[in-house]
Amino acid sequence: MHAVRIAGAGSTAFSASPERTGRDLFGEAARIAIEDSGVPRADIDRLCYGNFAGTVTERQGHQGPLMAEAAGVTAPATRYESACASGGVALRSGVEAVRSGAVDVVLVGGMERMHNVTTERATEGLAMAADDLYESRAGVTFPGAYALMARAYFEEFGGTRADLAAVAVKNHRNALGNENAQFQREISTTDVLEAPTVADPLGLYDACPITDGASACVLVSEEYAENHDLNASVSVTGSGQGTDSLALQNRESLTRTPATERAAMVAYDDAGVAPADVDLLEVHDCFTIAEVLALEGLGLYDPGDAIDAATSGETTRDGDLPVNLSGGLKAKGHPVGATGVSQVVELTKLLRGDHVNSSAVPDASVAVAHNAGGTVASATVHVLEVRS
Amino acid sequence: MREPREEGYDDLLDALESDTGYYLSCPAGHGSLPPRQVCPRCGDELSEETLPATGAVVTFTEVAVPTPAFAGKTPVVLIADFGPVRLTGELLDGSDILEVGSEVVPTVASSPGGDRHVGFRLASER
Repeated sequence: MHAVRIAGAGSTAFSASPERTGRDLFGEAARIAIEDSGVPRADIDRLCYGNFAGTVTERQGHQGPLMAEAAGVTAPATRYESACASGGVALRSGVEAVRSGAVDVVLVGGMERMHNVTTERATEGLAMAADDLYESRAGVTFPGAYALMARAYFEEFGGTRADLAAVAVKNHRNALGNENAQFQREISTTDVLEAPTVADPLGLYDACPITDGASACVLVSEEYAENHDLNASVSVTGSGQGTDSLALQNRESLTRTPATERAAMVAYDDAGVAPADVDLLEVHDCFTIAEVLALEGLGLYDPGDAIDAATSGETTRDGDLPVNLSGGLKAKGHPVGATGVSQVVELTKLLRGDHVNSSAVPDASVAVAHNAGGTVASATVHVLEVRS
Repeated sequence: MREPREEGYDDLLDALESDTGYYLSCPAGHGSLPPRQVCPRCGDELSEETLPATGAVVTFTEVAVPTPAFAGKTPVVLIADFGPVRLTGELLDGSDILEVGSEVVPTVASSPGGDRHVGFRLASER
């Protein structure tokens, strides 16, 4: 199996940019990543690209060729769609392509543009990640689905809205100084608790924002990196993916995320690491409760134990296990199809030492990226390690 | 109602409307909802079984920011456990006394946009 190195990584600013087209956003992210890598465009063998709602928000299907053109690449290009995990599955496909030896250089990335439509239309688009017949038609929105999970969690394990608020406060604080983050400002627990309700028990500040943006990475084989004298110190050493029933009603538990558990098991085995080896994580905190579920699904906490991880300081910048040092989806932003790749962009910079928050993890060598689709019916987990 | 009908799904709604709800079961007893060709858990053949008359609320929420199909409403949606299967739907009455564990009766509801979906009424209100 061929080892995979991350030769370049880059994102656009994450923001509300309704006037910018998807092709423009992805073109910028790809340009930054390719320039960061030093890899000639002509050497790129494949584009694996994630996007969720482009057929709704931009009325644009068949985005693979469009985005290859935007990136200045003539390689075969495919769009991957797994809701909010679209970027993660695109990344995994790129990793597998390099590992197999089929290709030496892959451009992976993703993009989402949602501010060019109304909030109602965007909400409708995001709800398409749920089961249309049995969830969306009954009025379940994306926040509504996570609210159903949050109430079930409180019922089974306890916990309060203040515990969830601590996740939001932490991630906003982490986004301070991250020049690409959508919200570079602190919020208080009171701000979270007094924000308008979106779907009880979740309020507006329990939710990530709607975001326009794109991210990209250049993956290369270790052999290619050596032959071209690339400075690519971060490797993708583990990759896993899990699937669960699409509709919440078809799952045995509303407080467990077996898709994450399966993805993590595969990725850890792949990399030869255990949860105790992980130094930092970017996890899919589309809602505050989602970060709690992710940490438990990843095996870092037992079920019911991650609810106060942020409150206790364990997952803050100065804690034993910093989580979402980028600001997470919550404050960095969540351009849906780009998120799974953006997490790896942030972790690559954190591990290389050129991230604004690298000083929080100076000796880190093992990082985990967790990307989830819908109510975690899809999940990908990637292990990144610093290699000489 | 959307046209054309959606086989399985609309058949179940018709049955719920006439208090003859059903679910699908494989020989191993795994419950599921139509339309299904095979058991989603084991791939075995399916038969129709009678849905219990009431289910217990597992979780619920009031959606304050609805999709365009529910414009002007803040639907209360819940998941109820009927034993072999769980059903997701909109609560049509009694939201002020709803709690986890409440017994609900399945029926059919319509969104302001006209689509039919699973609805519930509190068993205590009947």
